[in-house]
Amino acid sequence: MITVDTYSSLDEAASGMDSHSCFMGGGTLIMRDLNYGRQAFRRLVRCTDPQLRTIRNERGRIVIGAAATMSDVIENRDLEFLAPVAAAVGGPAIRNMATVGGNLFAPAPFGDFATALLALDARIRMSSGQETGMAALLSSRQDSRSIVTAIDIAPPPRGRFRFHKVSRVKPKGVSVLSICAVLPMNGGRLSGVRVAFNGMGSTPLRAPAAEAALEGKPLDRNGIGPALEVVLQDLQPVDDELATAWYRRTVAPVYLRRLLLERSRAW
Amino acid sequence: MPRTPITLVLNGTERSLFVESGENLLDALRRGIGDLSPKYGCAQGTCGTCSVQVDGRLQLACITLAETLSGRSITTAGGLAEGNELHPLQRSFMENFAAQCGYCTPGMLMAAKSLLDRNPHPRRQEVVEAISGNLCRCTGYEPIIDAILKAAEVMRRRTR
Repeated sequence: MITVDTYSSLDEAASGMDSHSCFMGGGTLIMRDLNYGRQAFRRLVRCTDPQLRTIRNERGRIVIGAAATMSDVIENRDLEFLAPVAAAVGGPAIRNMATVGGNLFAPAPFGDFATALLALDARIRMSSGQETGMAALLSSRQDSRSIVTAIDIAPPPRGRFRFHKVSRVKPKGVSVLSICAVLPMNGGRLSGVRVAFNGMGSTPLRAPAAEAALEGKPLDRNGIGPALEVVLQDLQPVDDELATAWYRRTVAPVYLRRLLLERSRAW
Repeated sequence: MPRTPITLVLNGTERSLFVESGENLLDALRRGIGDLSPKYGCAQGTCGTCSVQVDGRLQLACITLAETLSGRSITTAGGLAEGNELHPLQRSFMENFAAQCGYCTPGMLMAAKSLLDRNPHPRRQEVVEAISGNLCRCTGYEPIIDAILKAAEVMRRRTR
C-alpha cells in the first residue's frame, strides 16, 4: 500500500523523508512503477512550494528550481543553450511534466538532461543545505534521502555548448546514447573542455581522457583525432534492449567526431 | 486502501470523487467519473492515447497522480464538442481519414488542440513535433498531420 504525503514547505517535506520514502518530482517515472506495482517505496513525498519551480539569475549564474519542468527550461530565455536538451526529453506532454530534479535520478536510458548538467559542471543544492557536484550526486543517488532543491550552473560561453542525442525512433525515442560537450576556446585552442555521455554506463559519465586530449588543441579534424582514440577509456557501455555494448563502443567516437566538428549543433 | 476526496473541473463541469492513494488520473476519469474518452494504452507515458489538458497544458493522464489535482481544470477529448457541434479538429479527423482503429485519436486530438491553442499557424514540422509523443499504428501519421493543418485553417477562418 502506498501513502502520498504532500507538504507545502520544503523543510516539512525534507523531514518527512525516511528509508521507505521516495520524493516525487514530475512523476513520469515513479507513476510507471506505481501503475505496474513495481515500486520499491511505501511513501511518496511531494512538495508544492512554488519556489522549487523558479528559474532565476543569481549574479551571472542560473539557478534552476528542481521542480522546473523541461517546458519551463525551453521557455526560459536564460536557458536557450539547454533548450535543445530539454526538447529531446519525451514528447510535449512529458516535457510539461518531467522535472529537472527528477532527471537527475532517471536511470539509463533516460537522463539526457542530467548528462548536460554533468558537462556544465552543475552544482546541486540539497534540502540539507549542502551543495554537491553532479558526479557525486550521480554516484550516490540511489541512497539519497535529501531532496534536491535547485541546480546552479554557469552558462557556457556563447556557442560553446553542444548536444546530440542518438535514438532509433524519430522524431522521438529514448537515447541509445547522447553526448554533451562544453568547448570553451582560448586563442583559437580548446581550454576547459568537458564532455559527458549518457547511455554509456549506468549513470551519465564524463570522458576525462578525451577531455585531456582535446585540451589546448584546435577544434578541427586533426585537433580532435587523439580524443577520438581515447574516448572509450572512460565509458562502460552495456548490452540492453536498445543496443549492444559493441554497437555503442563502435558509434560513440563517430558521434563525438560529428558533434565536435558540426557547427550547426552549437548553442 | 486510503481514499482521498478531490474536486476538479472536468470539461467545464465541477466533479467530486474519491481517489485511491497512488491512483492515476486516467483511472480516476474512466472508473471514477465515467469519461471514457482518454484511452488506456501503455500506462507508462509512452503511447500518448491518454493525453488530456490539465489547466490548459498537455499531460499524460496515466502518469498523473490523481490526488494532486484538486481544484485543477481537466479537458479531455470528450469535452471538445459543443453540444452536437464537433470541434474543428474532430471534423477534420473525420473528413481527412485521420482515424482507422481510432484508439490513438483522443490523444492525438488533445495533442493537436494543445498545439493550436498556442500556435494557430503551425508549420508541418511543428505538427510533427506536437504529436511526437503520440503513437499511431494504423495511419502512418500523414493523414493525421494533414487533418491538423486543415483544422488550423478552418479555425483561423472562423476567428477572422
